[in-house]
Order: sequence, then C-alpha cells, then structure tokens
Amino acid sequence: MSTLSNQPPSHEVPEAFQDPGVPTEHRPRRADVDERAAKRAERQVAALFGMSALGTVIALVSYFALDIGDGNDIQAIQRINMGIGIGVALAMFGIGLGAIHWAKTLMRDHEMVEDRHELRSSDETREAALQDLRDGAKDSGIGVGRRGLLKGSLITALAVAPLSLLVPQLGGLGGDWNLDKWRRTMWAPGVRLARDPDGTPIRAADVTIGSVFHVIPEGLIDLEHPLEAKAKAVVILIRLDPKDLKIVPGREDWSFDGIVAYSKICTHVGCPVALYEQQTHHLLCPCHQSTFDVSDGCKVVFGPAKRPLPQLPIAVDDEGYIVSQRDFEEPIGSSYWERLK
Amino acid sequence: MTTSPSASKVNRAAGATANFVDERTSIAGFVKYFSRKLFPDHWSFMLGEVALYSFIILLISGVFLTAFFIPAVTPVHYEGTFETMAGVEMSEAYASTLHMSFEVPGGLLMRQIHHWAALIFTASIMVHMARVFFTGAFRKPREINWLVGFTLMILSLAAGFTGYSLPDDVLSGNGLRIIEGIVRSIPIVGSYISYGLFGGEFPGEALIPRLFTAHILLVPALILGLIALHLFLVFLHKHTQYPGGGRTHKNVVGLPLFPVYTAKAGGFFFVVFGVIALMASVLTINPVWNYGPYDPSPVSAGTQPDWYILWIDGLLRVMPGFPEYVIGGYTLSLNVLIPAVVVPGLFFGFLALYPWIEQWATGDRTEKHVLDRPRNVPVRTGIGVALIVFYVILVIEGSNDIVATLFHLSINDITWFIRFAVFILPVVAFWITKRICLGLQRKDRELVLHGHETGRIVRHESGEYVEVHEPLTDQEIWIRVSYDNHKPLVLEPETNEFGVRRRWYRWSRFKQAVSRFYYEDRVEPVTPAELEAARSSHH
Amino acid sequence: MQTLARQRYHRLTPLLLVLGLLALITGVATIIAPPPATANTEASAQDVEAGQKLFAANCASCHGLDARGQAGVAPSLHGVGAASVDFQVGTGRMPMQASGPQAMAKAPQFGEKEIAQLAAYVASLGAGPSIPTAEQVDGSLGDATNGMLLYRNNCAMCHGSVGGGGALTEGKFAPGLWETTPTHIYEAMLTGPQSMPVFNEANITPEGKRDIIAYLEAQRGGSPGGLGLGAIGPVSEGLWAWLIGIGLIVGITVWVGARSS
Repeated sequence: MSTLSNQPPSHEVPEAFQDPGVPTEHRPRRADVDERAAKRAERQVAALFGMSALGTVIALVSYFALDIGDGNDIQAIQRINMGIGIGVALAMFGIGLGAIHWAKTLMRDHEMVEDRHELRSSDETREAALQDLRDGAKDSGIGVGRRGLLKGSLITALAVAPLSLLVPQLGGLGGDWNLDKWRRTMWAPGVRLARDPDGTPIRAADVTIGSVFHVIPEGLIDLEHPLEAKAKAVVILIRLDPKDLKIVPGREDWSFDGIVAYSKICTHVGCPVALYEQQTHHLLCPCHQSTFDVSDGCKVVFGPAKRPLPQLPIAVDDEGYIVSQRDFEEPIGSSYWERLK
Repeated sequence: MTTSPSASKVNRAAGATANFVDERTSIAGFVKYFSRKLFPDHWSFMLGEVALYSFIILLISGVFLTAFFIPAVTPVHYEGTFETMAGVEMSEAYASTLHMSFEVPGGLLMRQIHHWAALIFTASIMVHMARVFFTGAFRKPREINWLVGFTLMILSLAAGFTGYSLPDDVLSGNGLRIIEGIVRSIPIVGSYISYGLFGGEFPGEALIPRLFTAHILLVPALILGLIALHLFLVFLHKHTQYPGGGRTHKNVVGLPLFPVYTAKAGGFFFVVFGVIALMASVLTINPVWNYGPYDPSPVSAGTQPDWYILWIDGLLRVMPGFPEYVIGGYTLSLNVLIPAVVVPGLFFGFLALYPWIEQWATGDRTEKHVLDRPRNVPVRTGIGVALIVFYVILVIEGSNDIVATLFHLSINDITWFIRFAVFILPVVAFWITKRICLGLQRKDRELVLHGHETGRIVRHESGEYVEVHEPLTDQEIWIRVSYDNHKPLVLEPETNEFGVRRRWYRWSRFKQAVSRFYYEDRVEPVTPAELEAARSSHH
Repeated sequence: MQTLARQRYHRLTPLLLVLGLLALITGVATIIAPPPATANTEASAQDVEAGQKLFAANCASCHGLDARGQAGVAPSLHGVGAASVDFQVGTGRMPMQASGPQAMAKAPQFGEKEIAQLAAYVASLGAGPSIPTAEQVDGSLGDATNGMLLYRNNCAMCHGSVGGGGALTEGKFAPGLWETTPTHIYEAMLTGPQSMPVFNEANITPEGKRDIIAYLEAQRGGSPGGLGLGAIGPVSEGLWAWLIGIGLIVGITVWVGARSS
C-alpha cells in the first residue's frame, strides 16, 4: 500500500560502533567500604526518622495547646495553622528523607539487567485467538453474511437504547429551557435606580459630576432569589460634564443632564465592567480588559469585546429620583446564537 | 547469623500469614513479578510520581474537607467568628468554607494543603509530560499510554476548575460567569448547554451541587481509573531508559523495585507531602474571605483563574474584538469562540496526536525503549520549546495587569506586543532551539573524533605546539553515536511500473513533506571509519 | 414677677450682675478666640496669604496664577476644596514631576503647616470638600462588615480585594492602600483624584466611608493563612507553586537520582 520506504543504509566499510555493554566497574560508595561510614549513615537515617516523630509531636501539641481564637485574632489563626503545618511537614520530611537516604547509602546499588519481551503476540497466539472468535461467531450463527436481520435489529436496539435514559436525564438539566429570560431584566418603566448593595434609591442631585454609582433596581433585595435577577440587572450610573458627552443618535432622551446608565455586564463574556476612569471616561473590564468609552455610547475602544454596553434609558421622577424609562432594548451580557432572534 | 527463638517465632507467623493469603489469592506470583522489577535510575523519571503523590495528597485532604463543606447555595446569614463577615448574607457553601477555615483547628491548613497540592498536581503533570515529550518516550509501544496521560492532564484541569469554583466566592463566581459567556458563544447549541449546565439562568442554584459531585466523585474516579491504566501500561512496557552502554531496546537496566525503589519512591511520597505541608503552613492560598460571598455585581482587580487556566484567559485577552458576526440573524461570536474553544482545541489536539505525527516523519515502526537525547531530534525539541513559549506568552498575557503594575508598563502595550509575539516568538524559539540542537550534535561529533581537551600543550619535534586530546572511552562514544539517524523518507514515483497511479499517493506525499521537515537538516553520527581516520591523522 | 420685683434691690444683685457679665464675656471669648491649631480649623487670613505665596511659587506654573488651570495641562482648582489639596500635596502627588494622568505618590514636598496653608488658600477660592475630622476617619468607630460590602462594590475592582492595587488602562494604575493614611483614604473618596471617580457623601455616607477605613485597617493585621503573597490573587499563587513547590521538588528529585558518594 505504501509508496514509501527508507533509503537503503549506506554501507560503511567498518561496521557500526559496538555496544560496549553495561559498565562493569562499580565505584563503591563510602558506606560500602567503610563500616564507620555505614554506621554514620545508619545514625543519620535514624535521626531523620526521629525528626519525623518529633514533627508529629509538634503537630499534636499545636493542635491541643494552641487556641484558634475568636476569628478576629489573625495571629492566633496563623499560629495554629503554622504549628500544625510545620509539624506535619517535619513528620513527612523525616520519613521521606530518611528512607531515601537509607536507599542511597546502605542499599545495594549494583545495576541489574532484565530482558524485555516484544509486546506483539506471537503469530500462533494471534491465529488461535482469531480461530476462537471465528468458532464463537459460528456457534452463535452470526457468521459473515448470515442472520442480517438479527444483527441489524441488535445494532439498532443498542444504538437507540441510550436515548431512553439520556433524554429524560439531560432534559431535566436545564430547568424550563426558556431562553427568553435572557432578554428581560427587572428594569421596567418607573423602577427607581438604587444603590448596590443597600438598595436605597438615588436622587439625580446626588450624582455629582465624576461620580459613579453601582446600581440595582429598587426592590431587588426583597426578592427571594435575587442573584439571577441581579446578574442581569446591575447597572453603572455615571455623571459626566454634559459637554463631554456625545449622545448616540436616537438616544437623546435616554440620559439626564450628563447622567448615563449602562449595563454593568460585559458584552464579551459577562464579567462586571466596573473600573471607571474619571479623566478618560473609560470603563475597563478587569477580566479581559475590554475598554468602553462612556462619553461615546460605551463603544469598545480596546480589547476583546465587540459590542457597546447596552444603555438603560433613564429619567427623573417627581421626587427627584432617577428611574428607568423601560427595560434594555437588547439582551445584556455576552453574545449567544439566538441573541437577535 | 543465628536466629533468636523470638525471631523464628515471628518468621513462622509471617510464613503462616503468607501461606493463608497465597492459598486464596496466589499472591506469590504477583510478588515475584513485581518485587524485583527493574527501574532505571534518573531524576527525571520521578516527575510523574510527583503528580501521583500530589493526587494522593489531594484525596487525603479532600476527604477532610468534605466533612465540613456544604455544597449548597441556600442563603444564610453568617454567624461565625470572622469579624468582617458578621451577619453578611452568603451561601451555605461559602459559610461552611469560612467555618472550616476559622473555627476548625487545622481546617485552614487542610484547605491550603488541598489547594497547593492542586497547583502542584497540574504543574507536575505538565513537567512530566514535557519530559516524556522531549525524550521521545511516547513512541511505539507507548502511544496509548501517551493518550492516557494526556487525558489525565485534561482531567486534572477539570478537577482543578471544579474545585476552584466550589467555595462560591466572588473570584470563582466571576470565573463561572466567564465559563457561561464562553459556553454561550458556541454556535447553535451553546445557549442550551449553558441552561443545562446552570439548570436555567446564571448563576442558579444547581451548579454548586453539580460541580461538587463532579469534583469529588466523577472526575477523581476517572482519574483513579486512568492512573491505574497508566501504571499498568508502565509495568507492561517496562520503563524506558536513557542511552548508555548495555541499554538496548530489548532490555532494561536498573535497580529493583524492592527494596531500592520501595524506599526511594515511597520516601519521595513523604517528601512531596512535606513540601506541600510546608507551603500550606506559611503561604496563604485562595483567601476566599478576602473576596467575599458571590454576588454578580462586584469584581476585584486581579480576577484570574488558577495558573493552569491562565493561558486561556490570556487567549481571551489577546484576541481583538472584531470577529463577531451576525449571519442570517444568528450571532456568531468568534471573538470568544476562537480563543476559548478553537485554539485550545487545536493545541490539545496537536499534543494528543503528536506520537502519530512523528511516526509519519520517521516511518519507523519498531519498539523504542531507549530514550532520545533531546539534541538528537532537533525538530521535535524545537516544536516542544515553541509550544512552551506559546504557552508561557499566553500565561503572561493572562497576568498582564499584574505584569503591568509590577514593571510600570501599560496593559494595552503588553496586549499589542503579545498580539504579534504569540505568532512570532514560537517560530523564533523553534528555529533557535533547532540550531542549538544541531550545534550540540556537531559538538558531540567533534568530541568523539578529537577527544577531550586536556589543556596540556606539547611541542612536537618539528617545533609545532599542539594540545593533547584525550580520546573518549567506549562508553562515552557509545552515548554520542548510538542514536537513530533518521533520513527523510523517499517518495516513490506516482505511478508503479505498470503505469498505474499508486493508491494513497497524496497522503504519501504529505507524509514525505513532514519527514523532510523533520530530517532535512541533520548531523550524522560518527562512524568507526571516520573515527579511525581522525585518530590516524592525529598521530 | 412679684417676687422678682420685691427682690429687685437685693444687696447681692451687683455681685451677681458682675459675675454674670464675666461669665458671658468669657463664654463669648472662648467662642471667638482661635482654638489650638489643628488641621481641621478655619484658616486665618495669614494662612491664606502664606498659601497664596506658596501656590504662586510651586503650583502656578501648571494651574495658573489665578488657579483656573490650563486646558490639557492642569485642572482649575476653584471649588476643589481643602480636602483635595491635603490629599494631593500630602501624599506627594502634587507638585507633579510631569503632567500626565497618573500622579505618583512620593515623599511630600511640603511640611504639614505649608500643606495647611496651601489648603487654606485653595479653599478660599471656592467652596469645596473640607478636610475630614479625626473622628470621621477613626476606623475603630467604624463597622468593618459594612465597610467590606461597600468596599467590594465600589473599590475592589480597581484597588484589589483587600487593597493590593491593580492596573488601569494605558499604564495607569490604582495604588495599593496598605500604607495610605485614613485621612487620605477619606479625602480620595471625597474628591476623586486623577482617574478615580468621586464618591460624594450622598453616594457613600460619611459613616460608610469610615466603615471602609475600618475594613481596610482590618486587612493590615496580616493574612490568617500565613504570608499574603501580595494579596493579588491566583497569579502570584501560581508563581509560588512553580518557584517554591516545583522548584524544591525537582531539586529533591535530582538528589534522589544522584549517586551517593
């Protein structure tokens, strides 16, 4: 089948080098020839094993004698951690170093040779194995070209049987499989913007130029399971000097006197984009460093994200609190296949 | 030597026990098979053991942790002793992690042993894999074992990542959110995989218990099974050995398992444990109390995965954002898919298939039990170094914020530099490594032909000064000449003698191109004739 | 009233009147007289004058003699308040070596008195945040738990989970907070120096700011697990795993594999 072959080996006049064989001379260790050195090595090994036992004692004494404290005494926790830990380390090192030192100095170190056997089975074994299989196939009556119906139905049954288990198992994994949940957040007309984490609403007057507020919808903290809602609804609220702010066409009434609100969830893979630089008006994601320009519709100016952060349209209610006009106009966070469907 | 009565009593008891066991298990056969099994002595053969031992340490410390950890996200108000968390709402998983750290004496130590052992586990697997790669220990008959080892490496990443996420702190929670983002980028099925993984919307309540089961049952069971297979194959194949006198593809030269390696390898387990315990007692790792309980809003500077996932974070950071496309209304997020799925897939795929790639180049189908010195396979060594350079560059990119603050650089400049470096530097590294290997091979030739320099200068009768060179011993020569001198495969003509086009011709042409890439540049080993000629010219 | 009228000419009345008058004068005097000098007091006219001189000599080249700033070089200082001056000059950030977005902290160039004078001058230009009182920045009065919640929502993304610092874009960075004095931490939140946003008293209340100080001070006692490795997260842990862990273990394998003498 192959059209390849090795080049014929070039015929050198003298043969190749000969394997000189395993070196015969054996350089003796000090302990091999000097009984005193051997005794010394034995004492060293014994001392190491003794060190191990001492380590165990240190660990146990630390465990029983040291107090872990009331959680505010960092040093107390450090002490007990270190006391037990160093005890364990000594207990382990002592055994390990002792055993290795023993092996290195006192155990016989003459190298020995053992033959390998080729892994391939002999031709007879292979033939015998094949014959066994053929016999078995014959006994079962499913030799080549026979009982096609039986074989076909068995294969079909084996192929589809896993589905009887897998479909119910996998089917239950994803809850209600309702991807539409990714399109909606808690933001709705008139929902107040509130401080994260205490949930108090924010007045427009509170947001001075250069300020940044980390925002959740009012009422979020009263939910029984707030994390899923929070994972979509977190917003970052920033006030810029209105003359620094470039308004995206069509969003003229989405901001309020330089106050803008953007989703805090990165359009790359969903980290919270939270690092706001007051001078450059850049928002940086600490995970993969996508950088968004708040003064220009949160467009991406650097990094692996492609899309701007979704903007939350805001207004100010009668009492001076900032509220959302409605939900985001696009799904927040990272892209997914059905995002625009 | 005389035996005391008590010693003979002990012997009798031991004999009776051995007899009891053997009559029921025929264990004597196993003992005979294993106890004098030979292992070659070399420090680099112990790297895989480090991985095995850190895994055992993971099991031991992990059992302790499961006694205290509660894998649930049920919200509770913290009532433990740690001051800055008093009354804070958190999941039970996080609260139990704090509890075992601050209220269980020795609990923090076990957590830190477990986490340091995990970092050492993954690191030692990769070091061991590099040793196997550079010495060619993956060649026939060990290709299957290479695949087993490769799978173990992937499983170690899975074990690490599932464990990292369990305490339900802000750092690991943001890590899970990144996983969600990556999974969502997979075309067609991604959104459903995400729902299936999290049991609905992120973060959900299903994930921590599911990760817990994966972390303490599924992944460790697979790892254990594959370790058993890995070691079984090591025993079946017998260990490889470095070249040297008397070491052939048909034998193994070394010291017996009992007693030498029982002591050395057994002792080494305790040493590895000692190192990890020492680290755990003085170095803080994963201080989850700093990060706080998971909440989707906060994030801290230095949000990174553990080191073994860092290169994928580096890939995500280095990727420019433009390739996100909408095709027929469906969003294809290549800016996530390429770095998080495609490149790691290609990288790991290449590693897994490497033994076969090299076999196309050599066409050699014999069993190889004597290892290569890395210099004698310059292209393989170059590829290995290039892969390491590629990996390290991406680890640096994954830490670029730390690098930037440490060296007063700009993260943007580092990322721009690495966008080019990740393509250029591996190629440069390949080329330099290959040149160094060829240079070392030439140096070996020089040494064999002309001997060691002695520093002694003698003056010939003719007035000429020459340095005396001492010829190498047979053993020294053998190490330097006994390597496989592969040559590029020769392509047979497209048609055979009957003018019929050969089957598989294109495939053969491809294999021949690979072979040329590997063996075009090579240094031939010295032949006895050359040595003879060199020696006679000296005298 | 009748009783009072009857006693109108009591013989001790003049004494009472004199004592009362004395008390009144002393009281008024106490209120009017300048209290012992502290950083938080209203500045005297002399301070403002001295501050103006210092300003003209050291700051005006960038901020302008009228302290209205120059576009692209230095901001106007009208209305930034004394807190801003105390932070910028007190941490050595101002005067800057070169104009740029990142002002480096260094040894302050002025003494406490001169900083107070500069602050007094800038505060006189327009109303702005004043320097917090000692009580406002006393972490021992704060609630470290609430501080933790506020810190991780508002500060950790730049300054790291416990104040180790972190990188911003284009070479800028958020400094570590281990060494920063409580007053400077408070002033930084209040004034939003350089890249940092402003956290006014409506965003994080004065009590909240003190809680944050309490949380940061609680981090200075060290890490329960041992050395903190810079508290910058898994990167340094990975580095130590390789350097110490793998380094030590590989060193030992070499010893195990070496032949004994």
